[in-house]
Parts: sequence; C-alpha cells; structure tokens
Amino acid sequence: MAETAVKDINSGVEEKEPLFGKKERKLLTDPLSDNNPITVQVLGICSALAVTSLVLPSVVMAIAVIFVTAFSNLFTSMLRNYIPKQVRMIVQLVIIATLVTVVELTLKYLNYPVYKQLSVYIGLIITNCIVMGRAEAFAMANKPWKSFLDGIGNGLGYGAILIIVGVIREVFGKGTLFAGTGIELKIIGPTADFLINTTESVMFGWYANNNLMVLPASAMFIIGILIWIQRSMNPKLVDIS
Amino acid sequence: MGEFFNIFIKAAFIENLVLAYFLGMCSYLAVSKSVKTAFGLGLAVIFVLGITMPINWLINEYLLSENGVFGIDLTFLRFILFIAVIASMVQLVEMVVEKYSPSLYAALGIFLPLITVNCAILGGSLFMVSREFNFTNSIAFGLGGGFGWFLAIIAIAAIREKIRYSNIPGPLRGLGMAFILTGLMGIAFMSLLGIDPAAFASN
Repeated sequence: MAETAVKDINSGVEEKEPLFGKKERKLLTDPLSDNNPITVQVLGICSALAVTSLVLPSVVMAIAVIFVTAFSNLFTSMLRNYIPKQVRMIVQLVIIATLVTVVELTLKYLNYPVYKQLSVYIGLIITNCIVMGRAEAFAMANKPWKSFLDGIGNGLGYGAILIIVGVIREVFGKGTLFAGTGIELKIIGPTADFLINTTESVMFGWYANNNLMVLPASAMFIIGILIWIQRSMNPKLVDIS
Repeated sequence: MGEFFNIFIKAAFIENLVLAYFLGMCSYLAVSKSVKTAFGLGLAVIFVLGITMPINWLINEYLLSENGVFGIDLTFLRFILFIAVIASMVQLVEMVVEKYSPSLYAALGIFLPLITVNCAILGGSLFMVSREFNFTNSIAFGLGGGFGWFLAIIAIAAIREKIRYSNIPGPLRGLGMAFILTGLMGIAFMSLLGIDPAAFASN
C-alpha cells in the first residue's frame, strides 16, 4: 500500500510543482538558522544533550533523528486524511515508536558499543518533541513530499546543533576529536598529534583537559551561549518578556 | 525498606532526571515561567511517573520477557507498549481526577495531556529496564524521579520569576538565561554526589 502511495505523490508533484523548487529548498534551509528546532523552537532538547560529550554518539543521534523525523512526517502526511482527529496523537506515537524500534535494532546490529553508550536515549527519540511537534504542526497539514523535506530540514537543524556541541565538548573536555572511530585525532593538550615538542606553548601543549566539559551541565552552557550569539546576530528572535 | 528510601533519595537528588539526565526539558523550559503553573505540572509528573513505572515493570516482566506469559522474547515491542501505557494512563488519570477532585483537576487540567510527551516519563521506564529494578524498587524510582523533577521545575521557576528584574543583555534574556541557569543548577545538584566526572565519562 505504501508503494502505491509513493507513486501517487511522485506523479502528483511532477504535474503541479517542481520537485525541488525554491519553496522546497526553504523547507530544508530554514531550520538550520532562523527556525532552528533547538535554539528557536525549543523542541527536542529533552533526549539528546546527555549524548553530546563525544562527537561519534552525537553524529549517530543526529542521523537517527533525521531518519525518524523525515519518515514519521512522510507517513503521517500520507495518512493525514484517514486519521480521526481524536486519536491522532496515538496514531502518530505508534508511527514514531515503530520507526524508533527500527533505528534501535539497526544500531544494535551495526555498532554495539555506540548503542550501549546511547542507552535509553535512542528510545527517547519517541518523545523527542521535534518528531511529534513536526508531525503535528507540519505533516498533518501538508503534502507528503513537502513534509518529508521539512522532516529532513528539522533533523538537520537539530543535528547541526548537536554536532557543534559535541565538537566543543570533546575538544575541550578530552582534547580529542572523533574518539571511538578509526580516525581519532588528538587535537590539543600535551599528547596532541601535531605537537612537535611537548613543552611548546604555541600549539596548546600546555592545555589540561577541562573536566567541566565532560559533565552534562556544560551542554546547557554551550547551548545558552549559542542562543545568545544567534539572537545577537538576529534581533528579530529576541523575546521581550 | 532501606533500599526503597535509598533508591528514592538517589532518584530525587543525586540522579535527578532533569539536572543530571536532561529528561523532560521541553516542558521544563516551557512551563517554568511562574511558580504556580510549575507546581501543577510537577505534581502531575509525580503522579504519572509513580503510576506508570510499576505498570510498565509488570508489562516488561510478564508480557515481554522470555519467562513471561507468551514464552518468547517480545522486547522489540517495548517502546510501543510503554508509550501506549503512558498515553492511556495519562488519559485515565485525567478522567479519575476530573471525577473525584474537581479542584485538583482545575489545577492540573491543562498539564495532564502534556505529560504524555514528557521524556522523563518514558525515560524513567527505560532506565528502570536497563537498571533491572524489582517491583518495589520501580515504585521507589518512579516516586523519587517524579519528586526530583518537581523540585527542579519549582526551583527554576522561582529563579526565573526573580531574574526577570535583573539587567541581562537583551539577546540572552528568557531562553538563553534559562539554559545557563539549568546548567548551574545541574552543577549544584552534582555536589550532592561529590563531583565525579569520571563516572559520567564512562557512562
């Protein structure tokens, strides 16, 4: 049934509007800056901040959320005319929970150490407000292809913040980048890869790891400061209250 | 009984769901503008966590595990069943409260539906599974976690009420400041444990 539905969308879109026009591009790029799910819409902070102490789990989490938002938006939008208003929350939750189960089992198979590290936070994508919020606010009122792009866009906006926070926390907290992958780099500190002489002060050889950055609380500070920077650059976003 | 209190205290203070695990952040930030509404939401969270945790424990133990009723490993259904239990419990609690205590319902009314998508509720149930609690411990963890969430939201709401009159740079006002305050409170709560970053790093 899903296949025929996809065919319908494709043919419908080709007749009426371009597959990837200006509007569609806006759906993808808007959540990256002016309408970012984390710093502007304040959605989906719940499940992810505790996983950003390293870059690898942040990237995995970002990919998982992009997948879930995109497809939950797509399926919700396909079914939007058949879902009775009273039970729509439950239907959305079932769609999302199914997708998250798929993600969980796939990750468990592909990379067990990362699966262990993310522990309950993969399951918590279900209650991640971005997924539910976009399904409710966008997918219930828009066509499947647009909703799909909106899902990818919001997932990307969310992932971008996650990876920025992950990079900052890993570099300053552990002095490494991409720990746990094949290409682990030691960026700063006395044991850094690019350091010729360990006493050299120019190359940050003096840097001692900041344990504050390993604590989850540091993610709050970093996001607070990101919000500050973003709102200084774009005064429209400042809230007066 | 000692273990019960131990888990309660640990869940409420040391492993606070908001300040140590960042669960339930959306409603925590959205509803913490005044102490009065924060109080209502906090109470509702204690209620729902305390009820759903033991129910989800029973489901996990007797329906989904290999030793359960069906005798096969059904753990892949865990997410769907847990979220269904939470959604229906919230609905049920709402109806019961409305019938027997209209005044409490008036206080909690709008916040009850919000709780379904509060990550702290599902997160609590998932933590319960991964930590392999028994039945009484799961009740203690539910009540303790709820109480910790309640404390955290009351504290941030009180601070935000006061800080409105402070001279904060414009772009940092509101949301940005709430984030930084939460970070500071997280560190403050950590002193209850004695700061041990190594323990967090290994998790």
